[in-house]
This record gives sequence, C-alpha cells and structure tokens, in this order.
Amino acid sequence: MKLYTYFRSSAAYRVRIALNLKGLEREDVFIHLRQGAQRQTGYLGLNPQGLVPTLVDGDAVIGQSFAILEYLEETHPEPPLLPADRAGRARARQLGLIVACDIHPLNNLRVLQYLGRELGLDEEARNRWYRHWVERGFAALETLLTGTPGTERFCHGEVPGFADLCLVPQVYNAGRFAIDLSPYPTVRRINETCLALPAFADAAPEAQPDAE
Amino acid sequence: MRLFTLPVSSAARRVEIACRLKGLDVERVEIDLAAEKRAVDSAYRRRNPQLKVPSFEDGTLALTQSLAILEYLEEAYPEPPLLPADAAGRARVRALSLSVACEIHALQNSAVVQHMVSEFGIETAAGGRWQRHWITDGLRAIEARLADGGATGRFAHGDRPTFADCCLAPQVWNALRYQLSIEPYPTVTGVYERCLRLAAFAEVLGAPPS
Repeated sequence: MKLYTYFRSSAAYRVRIALNLKGLEREDVFIHLRQGAQRQTGYLGLNPQGLVPTLVDGDAVIGQSFAILEYLEETHPEPPLLPADRAGRARARQLGLIVACDIHPLNNLRVLQYLGRELGLDEEARNRWYRHWVERGFAALETLLTGTPGTERFCHGEVPGFADLCLVPQVYNAGRFAIDLSPYPTVRRINETCLALPAFADAAPEAQPDAE
Repeated sequence: MRLFTLPVSSAARRVEIACRLKGLDVERVEIDLAAEKRAVDSAYRRRNPQLKVPSFEDGTLALTQSLAILEYLEEAYPEPPLLPADAAGRARVRALSLSVACEIHALQNSAVVQHMVSEFGIETAAGGRWQRHWITDGLRAIEARLADGGATGRFAHGDRPTFADCCLAPQVWNALRYQLSIEPYPTVTGVYERCLRLAAFAEVLGAPPS
C-alpha cells in the first residue's frame, strides 16, 4: 500500500495510526504541502482536490482520510478499530467526525492561506480563528465523552479506534497553537493514553522521515 | 425515529433523503436554534452539544453527525443499500460524500458564516465570496472525480443512488440558491437532475431555489 502523506497533515496522521494499529506495511510518498506539491499535475490526477492523504491499494485510489479508515476496516478487519455493536460504531464515528468535519476542515492550511490572502486576516486573527474551532469542537467532545456511555480508557471502550485516531492529531495541532487543554480533561487523558502506544507514537509528525 | 432539523439544512437533508430512499418513517422536528443558543441548558443542547443539526434518534439511540447517521441507517436498515457491494466502490462513495461534507459544507455552514460576520466583521458580501469560493472549488474537484473513470453511472456511483448522491444533491441545491452556475460541472449537473426525478430527493429538496 502506498500512502501519499505529509508529516504535519493531521488527516494523514490519522491514517498512519490506523495502518500502524493494524500492522500494515506502507510505502510513503511525501507531498510537501508548504511547497505546493499537492497542486502539481501528477498528484492532482490522483487527488483532484489536492489534499493529502491518498491511499493507493492495488487499483483502488482513495482520498479523504475517513473513507480510507473505513476501507482499511473492511479490508483488514483485525484488530478492529470500530466496536462490535451498531450503537457503539455509531458513537465512535460520531466522535471521529466531530474532529474530521467540524474542526479540521476549518483549520487546514489552504483555509488559513485563503483567510490571509483573500480576506486580509493577519496572523493574530488567523490564530484566533484556529483556536475558536478547536475550542468549540473540544468542548463538544468533552461533553459527549463524559456525558454519554462508552468512554473508558479510550474514546470508546478499552481499545483504540476511529475516534482516538482523529482526536490525537487534533490535540497535536492544538499544541502547536498553544491552546489551553485544561477545560477538556478527558480529551487530554485519552490523548496521553494513546501516545503511550507505539502505533500512535510512531505515527507522530516528528517521527516521520519528511519531518522538518 | 426522529430527525431534528432546520427549515433548510443541507446536512439534515442528507439524512432525510436517505430515510426516504430506505422507506423509513421519520418524524421531522424543526428546532428553534436561536432559542436553544440563548438557553444555558436545554434538552437539545444535551442531545447535541455542538448545537447543530441534524440530530437523530432511533429508539434509545441518539446520534449527531450526518455521515455517522447515514452509516447507522445503512447498518440497521440495509435495504435498499446506499453503499455499493465492493470495498473499493464503498471507499469511492464515502470519499465523494466526505468531499461534500468536509471540503464544501463544513466551510460555509451557517455557524461558520455567522462567526465570520460577528467575530471578524467580514461583511455579508465577503461571506458570499467565501461561500462561492469553497463551493466552486469543491464542485470542480468532484466533477473531476466523477468525470474520470467508469464508476459514475446515472448517479454519482453506478445506477442507483448512494450516500454520495444524498450529500451532493443538497449541496448543488445550495449552490443554485447562491445563484452559482453549475454549467462548468456537467457530470454533477446530470447526476443532480436524475436525483430530482426520484421522489425521495424531490420531496426533500422541494422546488428549485429562486
């Protein structure tokens, strides 16, 4: 399997964790987002949106990290990254999608660049924008993690899954923007639990060969 | 089965269309989001701490996040299927759905636009430009994906509607509401028109936006 990745892409980070948890070998192809490699013709042929990650598995070319996670779960079911029961799977996806749909899309590089270039927001304003969506999303996650049944050592149950591998890269990003995590103790605790596992630690941005 | 929604919510419409395609009887509950936001505590806030729509309930199960709800519906009510049978096809459908949900809708839903106005004083006109930018950019990428390769049929994937159509049709409807031309996206347009010929889509989306 070939993964088009960038060390700091939190969507690619999710997929790296999933591949590690499932013990799957991968060949990395590095797409340097800050140098615009994602907008070069060759890559756009694979991923017309110019986003990372893209997973290539035989003839299948898959964009969108959450679609990749579902694909890996279906094609390599062990160890499972979704719970066995339907309600549990729904909850795990819900928690993961809060990060993947309601925090991360608003804060990725192309959006921040557009806010600066087209709308004239200075760095301080862009940082405020960034923090707003993280804080709002983490507040919702904390409420759901503490207020709905299922949270144990990990977001859902005693083994890591979809929700955790979305949460950890988002907490990493929050750290880069010096966001205070004290209002979200459960988020913080689960992040620490995850990072103690090699599958998570080995997927971290600084552990990647393209890290700068 | 209940779906909490707003008069025009593209995320809630995904779920509503899927329920109709599956022939499920779902009660539609419109909430007063402004009143919910003013209330420090409310039943809806407990149901959906993000104070967004949709929220969904089926018996004792309460869920938010439209794509998680679609996956639940597919598992609990598999007929007719809204995902193809093969893993690569399912991945393609999910990626198309996420391209709408994460790369277009997430950037210009009402919470985002309101925040731009209230926090950064970006005028509505600029908000309009922002919305148009992400819709145009997203539809261009989806058109490229749909036009390239044989998996696209009468619908976004094959000849039956899938999650991808449930997500795409309400987004195209929104683009028309903003008076964006969809002519640059002929494959998207064809899929959208075929969706509207099905009662499940036409009844949820209603008359073309004016």
